[in-house]
Amino acid sequence: MWQLLRELMTFLRQEKKWWLVPLVIVLVLLALLVLFSANPALAPFMYPFI
Amino acid sequence: MRNILGISAFYHDSAAALVQSGDIVAAAQEERFTRRKNEEGFPTQAIEYCLREGGLSVGDLDAVVFYDKPILKFSRMLETYLAVAPRGLKGFVRALPGWLAGKLNLRGTIQDELPGLSSQCQLLFTQHHEAHAASAFFPSPFADAAIVTVDGVGEYASTTVGRGRGNELELLQELRFPHSLGLLYSAFTAYSGFRVNSGEYKLMGLAPYGEPKFADLIRQELLDLKPDGSFWLNLEYFDFLFGERMAGSRFHELFGGPPRAPEDPVTPRHCDLARSIQVVTEEAMLGLVRQAVTLTGSKNVCLAGGVALNCVANGRLWREAGLEGLWIQPAAGDAGGALGAALAAWYRQNPRVVQGSQDAMRGALLGPSYSNAEVEVVLQREGAIYERLPDDEALLHRAAELLAAGNVVGWVQGRMEFGPRALGCRSILGDPRSTAMQSVMNLKVKFRESFRPFAPAVLRERVAEYFELETDSPYMLLVAPVRTDLRRVPTGAEAGLDRVKQVRSTLPAVTHVDYSARVQTVTAEQNPLFYRLITRFAELTGYGVLVNTSFNVRGEPIVCSPEDAWRCFMNTEMDQLFVGHFLIERRRQTRKAVERTVPLTPD
Repeated sequence: MWQLLRELMTFLRQEKKWWLVPLVIVLVLLALLVLFSANPALAPFMYPFI
Repeated sequence: MRNILGISAFYHDSAAALVQSGDIVAAAQEERFTRRKNEEGFPTQAIEYCLREGGLSVGDLDAVVFYDKPILKFSRMLETYLAVAPRGLKGFVRALPGWLAGKLNLRGTIQDELPGLSSQCQLLFTQHHEAHAASAFFPSPFADAAIVTVDGVGEYASTTVGRGRGNELELLQELRFPHSLGLLYSAFTAYSGFRVNSGEYKLMGLAPYGEPKFADLIRQELLDLKPDGSFWLNLEYFDFLFGERMAGSRFHELFGGPPRAPEDPVTPRHCDLARSIQVVTEEAMLGLVRQAVTLTGSKNVCLAGGVALNCVANGRLWREAGLEGLWIQPAAGDAGGALGAALAAWYRQNPRVVQGSQDAMRGALLGPSYSNAEVEVVLQREGAIYERLPDDEALLHRAAELLAAGNVVGWVQGRMEFGPRALGCRSILGDPRSTAMQSVMNLKVKFRESFRPFAPAVLRERVAEYFELETDSPYMLLVAPVRTDLRRVPTGAEAGLDRVKQVRSTLPAVTHVDYSARVQTVTAEQNPLFYRLITRFAELTGYGVLVNTSFNVRGEPIVCSPEDAWRCFMNTEMDQLFVGHFLIERRRQTRKAVERTVPLTPD
């Protein structure tokens, strides 16, 4: 996954597509959210009041 | 790097190809194994087959090459959705999970799908059109050639013009998404009620029934063709940018009404639309090929990409572009990208020597074959009543006699074809002299629209006796006129699509309403058994031609295994089936329903 992110950033830098960076960051956060919410061990931290 | 596996997947026509020391050892589309037409999933079974054919395990692979660059494609998708936001949001939300689930991190996906890859195995990625170009040039019989690739879209490019020389391949110019000839043709395919990525052949088959009444409108409003072969789409008429339907409401207004629903009748207007887009596509292809010849100085041209499967356009290129050689990759669509990716990786490090005039595709017979012992096990398990023929001679004798008597014969022999055409190994065959053959095959065997013509498979040395064609067309990718002296003036009163029933030549089953035919030339070198069958048929009838259509029914992939062939045979009105040395006759079978693997659905 880290290699993919590195390659993605290299591509954006080479092609000077900086305006895509915010969208990529949002998508990474979204992916992390999906990943964490699928992990029951992390659920108490995501839903601390339940 | 000795063993290279090429993969195409996740869009349509997933496939795998194995190249060993530069030789194309095996290639197959995943749909043939999963029995889902245009299968898009990871080609697990096709890879297993390729490795089996090469005598390898996953750990023996030196490189796995994917046929496009997912980061570039993802970037193009993001840019497109941003450019049209918020309208494309629905499409974006629909597409995103697939990307995050594995299409983007393809390295991880390949490692997950192929456990056992050695740590030395390289995971490589070619550009989509680089893979197409490699699939067109490296197996071709040319040492030096111009290359044209045209499809819907790859990463950014939709069309490229390049040059191949020895083991070097260079893409010189490209046209970028959304300006795409493939997407334009697909928009008309969808508008005419056929399925995108598989119904394009139908539109091409429909074209001769119509007049190019809308061609000027297309040139004025939709497609700006430039003198250098480039073109520009007027995006106001299309919706594919939004990830929804192909043609927009302005497109519908321009052509006088809403799209045709899949099972609605085909009207003269649809025929005229088909003819119009066909004519404009041919003009665009001519422009591109002329530009490629000008840029490279080579009159040998290699073609690939989905649009290169438009054999009517290819025939026109051959007749009008002043070429010395034209070679078209038989798996010109995305499936061929798997092969191109593997070849591109091999030739980056190794020299290429072209020997003789033969291409390196082995007649496109790159799929699995089944021994007589394997066939017999299946037939016994299925309860088939069959006859075992002692040898090839007996097989050819019986098959030729049955064909000459007007029977419709299933023919499953040797290795399966790679690409969308059946070339005499997974075919349904018939007598081209029969006036009823076209209707019988369409309606009782293939269960498909009766307007679609069948192709002739003809002995290479006798092609000029029947068709105005003096070159090889081994992959059924050139359409040529039937010779004038064989033509007949139709006498029937049929009109519209029923004109297909009129007798237009001494080969009525393979003559389309415009006197054209989609020719396959057969040589003893490329397909010896099929060549001998046509020769036997010629000895009985005087005609060195057979009707050859793919062994499948509407909506189903071409059969692969003896089991697929048996199932398909029992669900149609085919008269006989030859699988290996076994003859199965319909009249001897106990009537019983054999479960279909796929429902009969519009394709």
